[in-house]
Amino acid sequence: MFYRRAGIRHTRYQEERQLFPLTFDRVLILFVLAILLSAPFWIDRLYLVGYMVPWLIWSGAALGLNLLMGGAGQIHLGYGAVIGIGAYTSVHLVRFGVPLEIAMISGGLMSAAIGSIFGAAALRVKGIYLAMATLAMQYIVDFFTQTKIISGGTLATLQVPPVSFLGISLKSDLATYYFVFGVTFLIALYMLNIRRTSFGRALAAVREKDYAAQILGVSTYRYKLLAFWVSSFIGGVIGSVLAVAYLRAISPDQFHLELSVQLLAMVIVGGLGSVLGPFLGAALILFAPIVLNNTLGWAASAVGTEIPIDLRAHLPLLAYGLLIVVFLLYEPLGLAKIYDNFRKYLLVWPFRHAQK
Amino acid sequence: MDIMLIAELVLNGVFVGLMYALVSLGIVLIYKTSGLVNLAQGALAMTGAYITWVIGAYFGVPIWLSIPAAVVLMFFGGVLIERSALRRMIGQPVIMAIMLTLGIEIALRGLLPGVFGAAVKKLDIGVSPAPLFLGDILINQSIMIGGVVSLALILASLAFFNSRYGIVMRAVADDQTASWSVGIRVEKAIAVAWGLAAVSATGAGILWGATQGVDWSLSLLLIKALAIAILGGLDSIPGVILAGLIVGVAESLATGLIDPVVKASTRDIVASVIILATLLFKPHGLFGHEHIERV
Repeated sequence: MFYRRAGIRHTRYQEERQLFPLTFDRVLILFVLAILLSAPFWIDRLYLVGYMVPWLIWSGAALGLNLLMGGAGQIHLGYGAVIGIGAYTSVHLVRFGVPLEIAMISGGLMSAAIGSIFGAAALRVKGIYLAMATLAMQYIVDFFTQTKIISGGTLATLQVPPVSFLGISLKSDLATYYFVFGVTFLIALYMLNIRRTSFGRALAAVREKDYAAQILGVSTYRYKLLAFWVSSFIGGVIGSVLAVAYLRAISPDQFHLELSVQLLAMVIVGGLGSVLGPFLGAALILFAPIVLNNTLGWAASAVGTEIPIDLRAHLPLLAYGLLIVVFLLYEPLGLAKIYDNFRKYLLVWPFRHAQK
Repeated sequence: MDIMLIAELVLNGVFVGLMYALVSLGIVLIYKTSGLVNLAQGALAMTGAYITWVIGAYFGVPIWLSIPAAVVLMFFGGVLIERSALRRMIGQPVIMAIMLTLGIEIALRGLLPGVFGAAVKKLDIGVSPAPLFLGDILINQSIMIGGVVSLALILASLAFFNSRYGIVMRAVADDQTASWSVGIRVEKAIAVAWGLAAVSATGAGILWGATQGVDWSLSLLLIKALAIAILGGLDSIPGVILAGLIVGVAESLATGLIDPVVKASTRDIVASVIILATLLFKPHGLFGHEHIERV
C-alpha cells in the first residue's frame, strides 16, 4: 500500500523532528487544507455559514479545552464561562470603538486573568475538587454576566457593530469564513507544535503524575497555572470570534453550562490530548443531534406517527450524554484513537504484528 | 432589621437545607465507598420523582404505593448503573469516572423530560399547601415535612452504618484491599452504596417534587448537594446535616436580605460561593479526613 513504511531511515535530525514524518500524512494534510480553503467556492453559502463556521469555531474552543484536559490532565467544567468572558469583553471594547484585533487580544487576556484566578484557587486541590471548583466558577460567572452592567440583564442581547479585521470588513460570508479558518488554523498549529516544546513536555509530565514531575524539577503548580492561563486565553479569543463572526448578538444564556457540557463532550468524544480529536468531536457533537432529529422525523413520517415535540427538544442532550458514556466505556481516547488505530493498521499492513 | 423576618428566613432555611442534605447524602455514600463523586445525583433525584409520577399517572397507582415502588425501582437502577458503567472504570483515572457520571447526568436530563414531557408535573403527597403559622412566623408546610422526613432518613442511614452490613461498608470505605483480603465482596458493597444513593436521591426528588413540581429543574439540586457534600467533608454523614443547615440558612438569608439590596437573584450562587470558599480555606471540609497520598 502507498501508506506503508518499513524501518526507520532518518538520515538527518530534522527528519525525526518534523511534525508529519510520513509523506502520505503531509499530502493528506495539504489535501484537507485545500478542501477547506476552497470550501466557499463550491459549498452553498447557507451551509458555509450554518455548518462550516460553527464547526471551525467550536473546534477551536475544543482545542483550547483539550490543552487543559488532555494536555495537562486538569478537568474544567466551566469553559463556557471562560468563552463568555472573552465574548463580553471584546464586544464591549468593539462597541467603544476599539479595533477588533486589540479587542480579541484583550478578550483573551481578560479570560486568562479571570480563569487563572479561579485556577489558582482551584489548584490547591485536585481531581474531583477541581471539577467542583470549575463548576462553581461557571455559576459565579453566569451570575455576573447576567447583571445589568455587563450584559444588560438576563434576557438582554448585545449587538455587535460591523467590524473589520486587518482592514477587511467581516460583513461578507467569505471574509467571515476565512477569518474563522485563520484563527482555528493558528490554534491548531500551536497545539501541534506545543508537544515538542519544553512547555508541552512539562504538561505531559504533570498529567502523568504530578508528584513525579515535581521530584524531577518541574514546578507542578506553575505549569498547571500556565495551562489554565493559555487555555483560558484561547477560550477568550474564541469567545470574541464566536461573538463577531457567528452569533453577532450575544446574550448571557449562550454561555451557560450547556456550552461547557457541549465542549466537554466534544473533547471526550473527539479524543483527549489529540489535535485531530476536537475537529472530529466538534463535527459529531454539533451535527449528530441535527442528523438524528431529521432521521427520526423522516422515519416517523414514513411510519405515519408524530415524534413528540419534547422528545425532539431533548434529543441533543440525550445524544451528548450517551455519546460521552459510550465513548468513555468503549473508546476512552475517542474518535482520534479510532482513526489512529486504522492508520497504524494500514502502516504495517499486511504484517500486523510488526511494530510501528 | 426585623427580627421576626430573620427568624422566619432561618427556620425555612433549616428545613430547605435538610432537604438539600438528603440529596447530598447519596454523594457522600458513594464517595465513602468508592472514592468518586457522583455528578449524576441531581439527575437521579429527577429520575426518582419522574418515576413516582409515572407510576401514579400512567398506572393509576395511589401515592402510598407508588413511592415504595419507585424507591425499589431506583435502588436497582442505581445498582445497574454501577454494575454496567462504573465498574468498568475501575483502574482508570478518577477524572474519567467523574466524567462518566456527568455523561449519565446529561443523558438522564435529556431522556426523562424527552419521553414523559417537559411540562411541570404535580406530585401530590397529601400535604396541604396552606402555610403554617407559628406566632408571626410563616412556614411552608411541605418544606417543613420535607425537612423532617429528610432528617429522619439521614439519621436512619447513620443507624444503618452501625448494622452488620453497615460495618462491612465502613470497612470498604476504610481500605478496599484490606477488606478484600478478609473476604468482603467490595464490588457488592459499592453497588449497594449506589443503590442507597439512588434511594436517597429518590426520596429527595419526591419531597422536592411535591414542593415545586416535577420537571428537569430538579436536577439543579446537584450544585447545592455538591456544596453541602464539600462543606461537610465528602465522607462524613454528620457533616452532611450540619453543612445542609449552613447552606440552607445561608441561601434563605441571601434571598431574603441581600436580594432586595442588589436587585438580583443571589439564590443560585450561594452554593457556588460556598464551594469556592471551602476549597480556598478548608479544602477537606468541616469533618472530612485529609487524604495523604504516598509517592
